[in-house]
Amino acid sequence: MEKRVTFKGLWLPLLLVLPQIVITAVFFFYPAGQAIWQSLFIPDPFGLSMKYVGLGNFEYLLGNPYYRASFVTTAIFSILVTVVSMGIALYLAVLADRLIKGSGVYRTLLIWPYAVAPAVAGVLWLFMFNTRVGVVSWYLGLLGYDWNHVLNGEEAMGLVVVASAWGRISYNFLFFLAGLQAIPKSVIEAAAIDGARFWTRFRTIVFPLLSPTTFFLLVVNIVYAFFETFGVIHTITSGGPQQSTTILVYKVYADGFVGQDLGSSAAQSVILLFIVGLLTIVQFKFIERRVHY
Amino acid sequence: MKLKHLLLGSATAVLVAAPVAAQTQVEFWHAFTGRLGELVAAQVETFNNSQSDYVVEATHKGNYSETLNAGIAAFRAGEQPDILMVFEVGTATMMGAKGAIKPVYEVMADSGADFDSDAYIGAVKGYYTTSEGEMLSLPFNSSTPVLWVNRDALEEAGIDPDTDMSTWEQVGGVLDKLKEAGSECPMTTAWQSWIHLENLSAYHDTPFATKANGFGGVDTELALNGDVQVAHIQAMGDWAKEGKFIYAGRRNEGGANFRSGDCALFTESSAGYAGIKSEAKFDFEVRPLPYWASAVDAPQNTIIGGASLWVMEGQSDEEYKGVAEFLNFLSSAEVQAKWHQDTGYLPITSAAADLTREQGFYDENPGTDVAVKQMTTNAPTENSKGLRLGSFDQIRGIIDEELEAVWSGDKDAKTALDSAKQRGDELLRRFEQTSR
Repeated sequence: MEKRVTFKGLWLPLLLVLPQIVITAVFFFYPAGQAIWQSLFIPDPFGLSMKYVGLGNFEYLLGNPYYRASFVTTAIFSILVTVVSMGIALYLAVLADRLIKGSGVYRTLLIWPYAVAPAVAGVLWLFMFNTRVGVVSWYLGLLGYDWNHVLNGEEAMGLVVVASAWGRISYNFLFFLAGLQAIPKSVIEAAAIDGARFWTRFRTIVFPLLSPTTFFLLVVNIVYAFFETFGVIHTITSGGPQQSTTILVYKVYADGFVGQDLGSSAAQSVILLFIVGLLTIVQFKFIERRVHY
Repeated sequence: MKLKHLLLGSATAVLVAAPVAAQTQVEFWHAFTGRLGELVAAQVETFNNSQSDYVVEATHKGNYSETLNAGIAAFRAGEQPDILMVFEVGTATMMGAKGAIKPVYEVMADSGADFDSDAYIGAVKGYYTTSEGEMLSLPFNSSTPVLWVNRDALEEAGIDPDTDMSTWEQVGGVLDKLKEAGSECPMTTAWQSWIHLENLSAYHDTPFATKANGFGGVDTELALNGDVQVAHIQAMGDWAKEGKFIYAGRRNEGGANFRSGDCALFTESSAGYAGIKSEAKFDFEVRPLPYWASAVDAPQNTIIGGASLWVMEGQSDEEYKGVAEFLNFLSSAEVQAKWHQDTGYLPITSAAADLTREQGFYDENPGTDVAVKQMTTNAPTENSKGLRLGSFDQIRGIIDEELEAVWSGDKDAKTALDSAKQRGDELLRRFEQTSR
């Protein structure tokens, strides 16, 4: 049984959670409420007039094939970013966990990319893959491959995925490494004595025991791919070529801050809010059942 | 939401930080950095030193879009500047914001300043005046697209660098020869929508949108899928397929390719002059933008790009007097002539153009008057006065997407432009709803 501390009365517990409630209300509920309110209007940019349209903004958006296509783009992008960043991070963490000498240096070096802001990471990758002066595109050219993410949608998607996943690998690596080190050595040694090879041990013992970490990272990375990759996309492709890298959150920005269409932008924020809420519920309801704590 | 609060925050921070002085403060928000930022600062300093009643405080607010957003956020918070720089595509947004802006002609009339709107070059001011000829905002930096030529590259390919490239037909021939001679990049462009659709339309006296390109009302529709436009974009698409036109990006990414000497021809703003002059290690030349001889006998005029200065509503009469003084100062022939010569932007008054000619600038820097001539040879028509379309920044985004589909060979020109019209019209209808 869990030990619970119980408070008597109503006021003390309320007072203790008050700061949290205030912060959530001011920084989350208020803006979210504003977004929902604004999504019912078509306002003029200067706030001089607002025209009530009910669910008109949502109808307009969902009736637009380009907006619907943006859902697919977002799904592909988020899955790729999550899989790539978690896969590589896990691989590196497993290697680091087996290191005896120099693991501190190795770890420190791997954490560095996390300190690079997404927009800066975007510029760095863009520079390497620049179609004219990029180092990587030049080598690809020597190999006979004509790299052109300016016109090729798949290459553009690949580039933004790599750039977004890159900084994230460090973060995931840290959690995976901590998770790996928390697994009791005795279990693994016992399995080794029983003759289980590395891969069998990893599959049957390490990975299941790592599942709480993996689950946490899955949730966090998907949220990251949905919301925080804006800077990378903005600097590398601005959503192009055509609409091949226009993810939902980028469209919120483009419509709201470039197009001054605050009604549509607010409606899109509400849709995003809804999707992420739904995703999180699904994750906790269905995937968490398979997680062993 | 987050971004908006940040903008609001930074806007107020700047206002709080502004020093308090006995003179009337005139707040001026602009979008220039680097060399252009220095030149603006110099103009402001000259003005401040020239009189003692007003102090203009110039503040850089990020790029064009960011500056506009900062202005909007500040207005919503009641902290708007006196003067806000807005790029040309934001014109309809600003015009629609009655109650947020004070038209320049009114500011001038109220303050009793000398103001003759006829002194301004028609094709420049036309973009920012009503159909009745009332000037709404003061043109600040205006440029127009021209053809930049790398003469060395032509010579290397065995082409006479003086060869006539007045028409796209002739340019097509030159591109063939460049390609045959092994050029990796016969031609590239900057600002594809602005040059190859908006200006193409005006230059061939063809509407880009109905209702006089939107000047006649917000119930305008795009007309960019006409025969001239489709033929041009198809030709460009074919050139792209054959490797004669190299697409570098939506903004002015192509500039780096031209300045490094990779590309032989480059369609770009006349304001590219300063950058090309300082970086290009080859013999370059400015030519007028080509036209299709198959479509017209002679070209109309091109239209401008750039930004204008809008005066915001809600300031004191004293401040508006200061604004009027400052705008008059900016329009004076000396200031304009210097600006024109330093930047490659067009002069906004005929007097400034004449002064530049008298000073011998055009003789010393051949080609710098190509843009001026291209703008002023013919009086602008309904189709070449400019564009006034709501949500135009987004519409340009749509056009970029559709053009990319043509360059990559995914769509033919007709399909792409039809789709651009249909998608753009949806945005125009939304804008129409907000401006009622």
